[in-house]
Amino acid sequence: MDKFVIASIFIIRTFLKMNLSEIRSHLGKYRVGIAGAGGLGSNCAVALARSGIGTIVLSDFDIIEESNLSRQYYFTDQIGMMKTVALKENIFRVNPAVSVIIHQKKLDRYNIPEVFSGCHVIVEAFDRSEMKEMLIETVNNRMADVPLIIGSGLAGWGKTGNIGCRKIDNTLYVCGDESSEVSDDTPVLAPRVGIVANMQANIVVEILMKMG
Amino acid sequence: MKFILNNREEELNGESLSVNEMLTIKKFSYKLRIIKINGELISKEMYDSTIIHEGDNVQMFYLMSGG
Repeated sequence: MDKFVIASIFIIRTFLKMNLSEIRSHLGKYRVGIAGAGGLGSNCAVALARSGIGTIVLSDFDIIEESNLSRQYYFTDQIGMMKTVALKENIFRVNPAVSVIIHQKKLDRYNIPEVFSGCHVIVEAFDRSEMKEMLIETVNNRMADVPLIIGSGLAGWGKTGNIGCRKIDNTLYVCGDESSEVSDDTPVLAPRVGIVANMQANIVVEILMKMG
Repeated sequence: MKFILNNREEELNGESLSVNEMLTIKKFSYKLRIIKINGELISKEMYDSTIIHEGDNVQMFYLMSGG
């Protein structure tokens, strides 16, 4: 598309108001990848499903444990299930129109482009910072035009005003307070991880609403 | 030299400096971080050989565990 067409679409989207069903039908055209189905991934996925995203690609290799229920979007009767399978079930109960594609594997530099192929946006929802770094490098090197939304700094409680979102450039955004790290006395609790997960979902919606 | 660091103007002595020199001067010690200069991702192995020049746009953020 030439620049004139892109600019025109942007102007139309800015000035032409859309109602909820039009917004949901627009979002239904897109595919979003979520790397990890823990506190960030499960809460972000449900927010995107409620918003009407067309296809969600989930990747995780973990099983639900009782302790996960303190912050992740799962239920007591799902303990012992694969997170991807349980999240697909929960998304279906919220919005059966969403197509959910699941990958039960540990993501690495080699399988990421294949797992998230065709995704318009990718959400980073890993626990470990080394994995966050690996995903950023891989998307940068091999899927350079796909926007990636990072979560960084969400452990503990309070300090609500310190949580924010920052656009690094057109393909990289970071949500969180960029400083709180998980430790024994600052565990991840539902409110802060939920705020950051929903901020990530909000940026996904913002990016997709600007797409033609 | 003047450059932009996370959308703010920074002024440091010298005509140019490596990424590692900038990190030392600014006392940025936390190890897990992402740095982009003029939109280009700089890997850790390149911190010594990558030079920040006058007017460059440097973006940096830390990767904290938890998710």
